[in-house]
Amino acid sequence: MDITLPILILAIPITMFLVLGIGGVKMSRKLAGVLGICGLGTTAVLAYIVAFTYYFSGDPLFILDGVRQQYQVFDVTWLAFTQRLVVNLGFLLDPISAMMLIVITTISFMVHLYSWGYMEHEPGFQRYYAFLSLFTFSMLGLVVATNIFQMYIFWELVGVSSYLLIGFFYKLPSAVSASKKAFIVTRFADLGFLIGILVLSYFTDTFNFITLTQNPESVLGSTGGATFMGASALTWAMVLIFTGGMGKSAMLPLHIWLPDAMEGPTPVSALIHAATMVVAGVYLVARMFPVYCVVPSSLTFVTVVGAITAFYAAAVACAQIDIKRILAFSTISQIAFMMVSLGVAYDQPIEGVHYSGLGYMASMFHLFTHAMFKALLFLGAGALIHAVHSNNYTAMGGLYKYMPITHWTFLIGCLAIAGIPPFSGFFSKDEMLAAMYANNWVWGAWMSMVAGLTAFYMFRMYFLVFWWKENPHYKEHRPHDAPWQMSLPLIILAAVSCVAGFIPFGEFITWNGEPYHIHLEAPVAITSIIIALIGIFIAFKLYFKENSVPTRLKNMMPTLWEAAHRRFYWDEIYQFITHKIIFGIICRSIAWFDRHVIDATMDGMAWIAQRASASIKGMQNGAIQAYVIWYFMGAVVLAAITWLCLI
Amino acid sequence: MFGNILIWFVIIPIIMMAGLGLCRNSNMKAIRAVMVVCSVALLGLAIWLCCDFLRLRGMGDESEMLFTGSWMWYAPLNIHLAVGVDGISVLMLLLSAVIVFAGTIASWQINPLPKNFFLWFALLSTGVFGFFISIDMFTMFMFYEVALIPMYLLIGVWGTGRKEYSAMKLTLMLMGGSAFLMLGLLGIFWHSAPEGGQLTWNILEISHNASIDPSWQNMLFCFTFVGFGVLGAMFPFHTWSPDGHACAPTAVSMLHAGVLMKLGGYGCFRIAIFLLPQAANELAWIFIILTGISIVYGAFSACVQTDLKYINAYSSVSHCGMVLFAILMLNTTAMTGAIMQMLSHGLMTALFFALIGMIYGRTHTRDIRQMGGLMQIMPYLGVCYMIAGFASLGLPGLSGFVAEMTIFFGAFQDSDLFHRIFVICACSAIVTTAVYILRVVGKLLLGPVHDEHHRQLTDATWWERLSTVTLIVCIAGIGCFPNWINETIQHSFQPIIAAIQGAI
Amino acid sequence: MDLSILWYLVPSVIMFVCGVYGFVTRKNLIAMLISLELMLNSADLNFVVFNRFLFPGSMEGMVFTLFSIAIAAAETAIAIAIIINIYRAIGNTDVREINKLKH
Repeated sequence: MDITLPILILAIPITMFLVLGIGGVKMSRKLAGVLGICGLGTTAVLAYIVAFTYYFSGDPLFILDGVRQQYQVFDVTWLAFTQRLVVNLGFLLDPISAMMLIVITTISFMVHLYSWGYMEHEPGFQRYYAFLSLFTFSMLGLVVATNIFQMYIFWELVGVSSYLLIGFFYKLPSAVSASKKAFIVTRFADLGFLIGILVLSYFTDTFNFITLTQNPESVLGSTGGATFMGASALTWAMVLIFTGGMGKSAMLPLHIWLPDAMEGPTPVSALIHAATMVVAGVYLVARMFPVYCVVPSSLTFVTVVGAITAFYAAAVACAQIDIKRILAFSTISQIAFMMVSLGVAYDQPIEGVHYSGLGYMASMFHLFTHAMFKALLFLGAGALIHAVHSNNYTAMGGLYKYMPITHWTFLIGCLAIAGIPPFSGFFSKDEMLAAMYANNWVWGAWMSMVAGLTAFYMFRMYFLVFWWKENPHYKEHRPHDAPWQMSLPLIILAAVSCVAGFIPFGEFITWNGEPYHIHLEAPVAITSIIIALIGIFIAFKLYFKENSVPTRLKNMMPTLWEAAHRRFYWDEIYQFITHKIIFGIICRSIAWFDRHVIDATMDGMAWIAQRASASIKGMQNGAIQAYVIWYFMGAVVLAAITWLCLI
Repeated sequence: MFGNILIWFVIIPIIMMAGLGLCRNSNMKAIRAVMVVCSVALLGLAIWLCCDFLRLRGMGDESEMLFTGSWMWYAPLNIHLAVGVDGISVLMLLLSAVIVFAGTIASWQINPLPKNFFLWFALLSTGVFGFFISIDMFTMFMFYEVALIPMYLLIGVWGTGRKEYSAMKLTLMLMGGSAFLMLGLLGIFWHSAPEGGQLTWNILEISHNASIDPSWQNMLFCFTFVGFGVLGAMFPFHTWSPDGHACAPTAVSMLHAGVLMKLGGYGCFRIAIFLLPQAANELAWIFIILTGISIVYGAFSACVQTDLKYINAYSSVSHCGMVLFAILMLNTTAMTGAIMQMLSHGLMTALFFALIGMIYGRTHTRDIRQMGGLMQIMPYLGVCYMIAGFASLGLPGLSGFVAEMTIFFGAFQDSDLFHRIFVICACSAIVTTAVYILRVVGKLLLGPVHDEHHRQLTDATWWERLSTVTLIVCIAGIGCFPNWINETIQHSFQPIIAAIQGAI
Repeated sequence: MDLSILWYLVPSVIMFVCGVYGFVTRKNLIAMLISLELMLNSADLNFVVFNRFLFPGSMEGMVFTLFSIAIAAAETAIAIAIIINIYRAIGNTDVREINKLKH
């Protein structure tokens, strides 16, 4: 394959970043916006061409005997640590990276377009587009990484773009602290990722994904049974690498940054904190999947973390007021779904049928559909916020007739996430649940319950925002639908959410490249539809029209409500650990120790020298005759010594 | 003698001093002209040397040191002025030239006594350049001292705050270090040849023919490593660094943190490890513990400081600790990482100190609690500060990342648990670094404007822009295209690694 | 009568000790200066004597003594000048008053 297109896909966004970042100050808003949108439009077109060539050209490089291949378009040396351990920068095309190219460029393009309307009056418009380009570049670099270290490089870069974009409104202290929190929490997770890479690369002597995943048993055979604290080195490595994914994908207990990240502009939340960056963790596990399969215990870890997080986030989402936070927790929950689905996907024949890869395929499928409908929901939320200038649903209500486009597209998004056919979320969620039931009914039942909760809280939000009762403020300030730049992406994404479920996803993406024919499992599908409908029905009963039941329910169990509303106090726990223990005790005591022990020792030595000289300086008293006496005594003593030596 | 390119690295600063001597103290223009011409000449010379070096290496010149030359200086003790460079020294010379240039530009408006300031500044650079070109231990030590002494006056006269105290403390501690160092060097000298042979100070000769008795090696290793370690801000000998940096004027902080602290790390591997490899193998663990503490300790200390320069000084303790830590890992990758970290830390600390100087020159405070929202007022300086911060916390694409990663991956090659644990502790510094950098960025640059008086302040002037852009370009250059530096350094480490391997 | 070297050295020692005693005990700068000259002269005497007895053929000791006397004269002149200046400054020449050079 010609390397021009892949290079351009990466080069255009970074060039845009440099152009807009350095020259942005001198540019008009319009020029900057047009440049940004055109740049990304071109990238999107190129990415589509590359992805479609990969899927449909039938080139033996890409598909050989019906098996999709992994193909490195280019792979150049960037830094050679040792002879064998070499970091390359390259472009890997395989089913999932091609899919991610489409997802990222599509959503990013939608967000670019949408932001033109949404951010129109914000100062720093040019900077905003520069950061968006930087993010797109980093995310593209992440998904096409040919080796785990390249992934880590871009992983850090997306982290920093996310930091810059969350803190876009840098005059607001809340935005500043949210961006700081996001960066530090993910950095902490990246520490795990880094150590994981260190361990893995030490034993395998390679960073390259293809070498690692083509034949993991032989590459990993050299671990030589090294163990640490009861687990094999490889298990540690994989769990630690997953820790990095937990940070980026906001899994418990590293989820705390994502709700706060909603301080950023809403289109940014749609792009980074819903559709692309937060699924990097899922993508990482999927990328390393064959290696994870070698150590099933690490996959079990992934499953458990995912299952707990999914439920936790869904429960918290039921008690939030801020619509962006609800969406944030729903994102966490949905990503956890994908994680569980990956975790249960390892090769384990059940009643003679290999379900391996079903969970993998379903997870990627859900990643795709979720990206579309979650971006839709966030952009819809942005339109709502744009209209009523508040993030809280208490400032909304009864909006269905003021904002019809937003209403209908939002409804489609909610139906999709709730898993109602024929919207896309149904199909992907159904496959995931099927994979979970196939592995162990416990996971299936647990996640079905979470799916029900999902339907409930999404429709709770939907009803509270669009129905319930009209907010009296509308008389002074009549909300209206957003301008076309904002509505168009909503409509496109809603259309995608309607039809994406019918894509025969298994034909394109499976864990080993062989096609998998999707078939709906009737029992699972029917159960999940019923559960979703129950969730929606409860939400309808409680929130469709103004009534006092929700308040009474809340008053019945105030502790639970408060705990859920405060996100089960995770933030307070972290606050306590970081501020009281790390800052208050560790850092302060070290600083104190430095000043009052180490520095004092040095000063003390100087003080001793000074005292010593002060105590003997009395000998120099200025009386010349005293000096003479000392002199003669010295002379006599010296003479005596000399004489004694001589005889 | 003057045909050797390396000698010019010492001659140009001397010409600089002579030129300054001819200027009148009030004639700022002439002083600036001399300084700019000479520092540009140095920069050009360093770049030319670098190209020439790479060309010779490319042509297959495999000798250990290139451009060597040796002139007898004091025959009874066999002291030569011996010069020669390998890839590492070339890069260090380049770094020094860049920082001298940036420092000169950054002190465009130094006051009072500009002439005297630049005289001492030039003397300081003579010492620095002389140190890096020498391969004779005695001249090396002499240049080292030449670099230290002007520091006292530069801080004592042009500094701020408790400058006399700090200048005295810095000088005394470093002198204490060089006392140890002198002992170590003398010891090496007296054992530098087999029984009856001609004693020598020349590093290459010693490494070729000396095999110092192991018990002596251990003692001398401690002396030399501690001696250089003091300058490299090794725990617990680092306390001169926060006070000294806090009080030093901008250009001096830049040169000191940027280059002078590198003398420590450079000396550690060039003398302590290269010449005493057996002791290095045996005693490395002691210093790994100390430097490991430096890394973590410096980072945690930086988290609670409120003075910008203190934050940076503690972060230097942490980063320079990383340099020594990597050197002690005694393998090519980690040591390469150490040199990269020296380059990277040199550039980014210089940038940090330059920016702090510029901000201090405007707001007249360095206390982060009394500033805030400067990004709105001086966006250019704010953005530069953020770039420096990102380089410091290891953002890919900037130099810090490359250096740290090379160190971690190199250090992880040692397979015993002791090394592993320390490597992981060192890795944890990437989180702590992020904490203190973002804390400063958040408080200082972002958020609402803290002091309304600051709204009248202006953004960077042209010379400030020039100075910072030079440094940023270098930082990004290393960060984006690290491999040629990596290869140059790795190649230069071969003799040292061979010595270490041979000693096991 | 053949005088042995002791006949010269003993007076010389006596002169020297007197000089030391005087230098240490007298408070007046002039008196101290005189004591100093006494010590100097005893040293000169030793030069001459040792020259005469140990190296009869050579004259270095004698010549040195001449130099020494000349230098002593110059030195005395300087010392007296200093003393006069001190007298002008503080009104007396008591050595106990002159201790400005202490620590």
